[in-house]
Formats: sequence, C-alpha cells, structure tokens
Amino acid sequence: MLVRGRYLGSSFSELLELEHPQLRISWSDALAKSQQFPEVPHGTTVLAAKYADGVLVAGDRLATEGYRVASRDVQKVYNTDSHSLIAIAGAAGPCIEMARLLGIELEHYEKIEGETLELEGKANKLSQMIRQNLPAAMQGLVVVPLFAGYDKSRKTGRLWKFDITGGRYEEAEYQATGSGGLYANESLKKSHRNDMTRDDAVKMAVQALTDAADEDRGTGGIDLMRGIFPTLNVCSETGIETVDAAEVERCYREILDAGSRS
Amino acid sequence: MSMPFYVSPEQVMQDKAEYARKGIARGRSIIILEYDLGIALMAENPSVSLSKIGEIYDRVAFAGVGKFSEFDQLRKVGVRYADVKGYAYSREDVRGKALANAYSQTMGDAFTREMKPLEVELVVAEIGDTRFVGHEENSIYKVQFDGSISDHKGFCVIGGETEDLQSNLEANYESGLPLGDAMKLGRSTLQLASNGDDQLEVKNLEVAILDSQRTGRKFHRLSAEEVRGILEP
Repeated sequence: MLVRGRYLGSSFSELLELEHPQLRISWSDALAKSQQFPEVPHGTTVLAAKYADGVLVAGDRLATEGYRVASRDVQKVYNTDSHSLIAIAGAAGPCIEMARLLGIELEHYEKIEGETLELEGKANKLSQMIRQNLPAAMQGLVVVPLFAGYDKSRKTGRLWKFDITGGRYEEAEYQATGSGGLYANESLKKSHRNDMTRDDAVKMAVQALTDAADEDRGTGGIDLMRGIFPTLNVCSETGIETVDAAEVERCYREILDAGSRS
Repeated sequence: MSMPFYVSPEQVMQDKAEYARKGIARGRSIIILEYDLGIALMAENPSVSLSKIGEIYDRVAFAGVGKFSEFDQLRKVGVRYADVKGYAYSREDVRGKALANAYSQTMGDAFTREMKPLEVELVVAEIGDTRFVGHEENSIYKVQFDGSISDHKGFCVIGGETEDLQSNLEANYESGLPLGDAMKLGRSTLQLASNGDDQLEVKNLEVAILDSQRTGRKFHRLSAEEVRGILEP
C-alpha cells in the first residue's frame, strides 16, 4: 500500500523494497554480473520433530567450503519470534540473511499491527522469500530451510519443509534436511513418536545428528575437544527453550557408552 | 486581481498553536514513571484495541495523546524508522534520542508548513542497558505539537490538563520506587485530571513497562489481570 509515495503497509521486506532499495540484496543480479560462480559455505544437517508439548529444532555447527572447514561453530537454528524457529540449510550467506529478515519481518508486523501472525502465515511469508530467491537458487545459492513453531490457535507444534521454488510442505511428524538430512531422517524414523517427552526428543535429536555426522562429511559431529555442541531448541506453549550444552553432552556420552565395542 | 488579506506570522502561529492545544486538551493524560527496574507508561484508556502506548524497538517505547489517527501514524513511522535503522546497523544503534529528534523535525515541519498542525503530544522513553558502555541511563523525551522537545528525569506527564498531575508527582514521586508503588502513584495521579475519571477502574487503565529484567525486547504490555494483581492484590 502506497499513499502519497509513502509505504503504509505492515511488511518489513516490502518497506525495504519500496523505500530503501539500497538495503535490499539481490543475489541473482550480483551473480548475473559475475563470470565465475563463487565458492560459498555449504553442508548441513538440520532437523525438526514434533514431541508431546510442541516441536524440537536442531542443527549441527559445521560450515564447509568445498572440502575445507569454513567455520566450526556456525549457528543454523534461529528463533524468529517467541514461538517460531527457522533452521537453515543451503548457502550460508543468503540463508542467514533470510533467517534474520524473517525475524525482523515478524517483529515488524507485530509492532505495526498490534498482533502476531498465525504460524501458517509466518510459514507462507518465508515461502515467498524463498521464491524471490529462485533466480539465485538456480545459480547455486540455494536456500531450503525448515520452519517450525508452536501454533497457539491450534495448540500444537507444527513444522514445514521447503524446496527451492518456495514450495511449502507441512510435515506431520519430523523432517531433516541438508547434506546429511537423509541419514538423520533414517535415524529419526526408528525412534520418533509424536507423543514422546521433551527429554526423549532431545536424546533422539542428538542421536540423529550423531548418525548424520558419522555418514556425511559436510555435517559436524559433537566436538568434545573444543566444546562445540549442536544447537537444540524446543518450542512449546510457554515459548522457546535452548537446551544447554551440558544436557547435550550427557546425551552424547550415553550414546557413546551404549555404542562402545571395547 | 484580488489581494489576499495580510495576516501577521505571529497571528498565524498563535492560531495554529491554540488549535493544536484545544485538540490535545480533549485527550486524557498519560504518565511516564521511572521505577527501580524500569519505566512504566500509564494511560487512562477505555478502549482495549486502540492503544496509546506502543513498542518501538528493544529498549524504546512510545506514548501519544491527542488525535488517535495522527499519533498512531507517528508511532508506525517510528517503528519503520527503528526497524530499518536496526537492520542497516545494529540493534544497539537504535536510540531514543535520535528517534525523538526525528519526531521533533517532522512535527515542527508540519506545524510551520501545513495548514493544520498535528494535534498530538508524545513521549519517547528509552530504558538503559548496563551491559553496554554509554547506554546505562534511562531517558524520557517529550515532543510537543510544534516540534519542541524536552527531556525529563523521573517522571513526565503529557495531555491536556497536566498542571495538577505534574504538581502531585513533584510532591509524591521518589526515585527507586518498586513497580507496585509507582503504579499506585500513577493511578492516583491520573485520577486528579479534571477531564478524567476520579474513580479509575483497572479495566480502563492501559499500562506497559520497559522492564530491565527482560532480555531482548524489553517492552511488555500488562494484561488487565496483571494490572489488577499489582494494584488490587
């Protein structure tokens, strides 16, 4: 909505586009000008799964550039507001930017309108942002996140996966994505139940990420030497809780003890 | 050719100011009070959906009196200003002083250029954050219809008839009050307004706080139950 040349709507990304175009990044324009495709950090396992009180979202911490480690402690799970989260998979730069923009978008809407969007509305907004990125995705800058949260109107946890065209698919139980997503999915399939407790869900997620890191070189395992643990956030009616590193380490040591053959 | 009547600039300004003051005087007052752990903003407002107090950014809140459509538009302009600034720079770069100055410019411009001045008086309140050097202090800025800006320590009143309220706060306000006492003082002060209700019920109170104990977004709108729990335990 434009009145006398000023934007009067409640979307932050539209505001940027119409009134501050210099702050909008168009990856596809930048790529069209370059001859050679740049190497960008890739490689990931992120997952989201329902449990009795809501959803759990987890991700490893490794970013790779080709066969090289780009960063060992990158963050792939972001809280987009008090009851929703995004877990990013794909090219790190556009992914992180999109997670940040979605967070600002939701906060902006809430402040302008005085009420929060429905969870489905938030997922749909993300879908549009991914669709806008399609030209860049065709050139390699892929953004395929997971989005999850607690739906306050329906009193349940919900989660979505996306494809590069912005296609939005709601999942009934769990979903993992990224280069190690296949292995994590296989692992989740064995132990996941929608009515599982929070503690069981945390153990299951640590197991799935460990399995993915075992099979996929682009996924970071738990690094006891440096004290780097995957990010695990659980979201329920009361809000989002970050599972502390001590609990993740305890779960990991249980897995080690159970699997040790010596 | 007909000649327009000559009206002196003094007369024009005086008329505009009088017009704006009349519009503002119709509105009920708002009180902004510092308490030991934050800043409380209190308004008499029978409507639950048309709020006079709003969140601008992590540490910045807005309160406006006068014509609803005008101050609500200014609130939204403030949110857009803050979100764009925080996106382009960092969240800590969004400060109350810059926002209050921007409001002062906009309102001053409207006062001199437009036929009709804004019938609005507003407050920008910012809570300090002791984690950052140079960000420790609370600040409260009042911007008037003609763009004049002032800063306040402890408390601030906006609205039509503020003298009685102001003198009551001057006599009874102490720094470092806990939230409950600050809100009780706020309610008893609002009841003094000649255009307000002298038996102010909880359901007609709009209260929001900037709470230093919160992380991230410090703004919190108190529900009617929360207000009742504090004022009528």
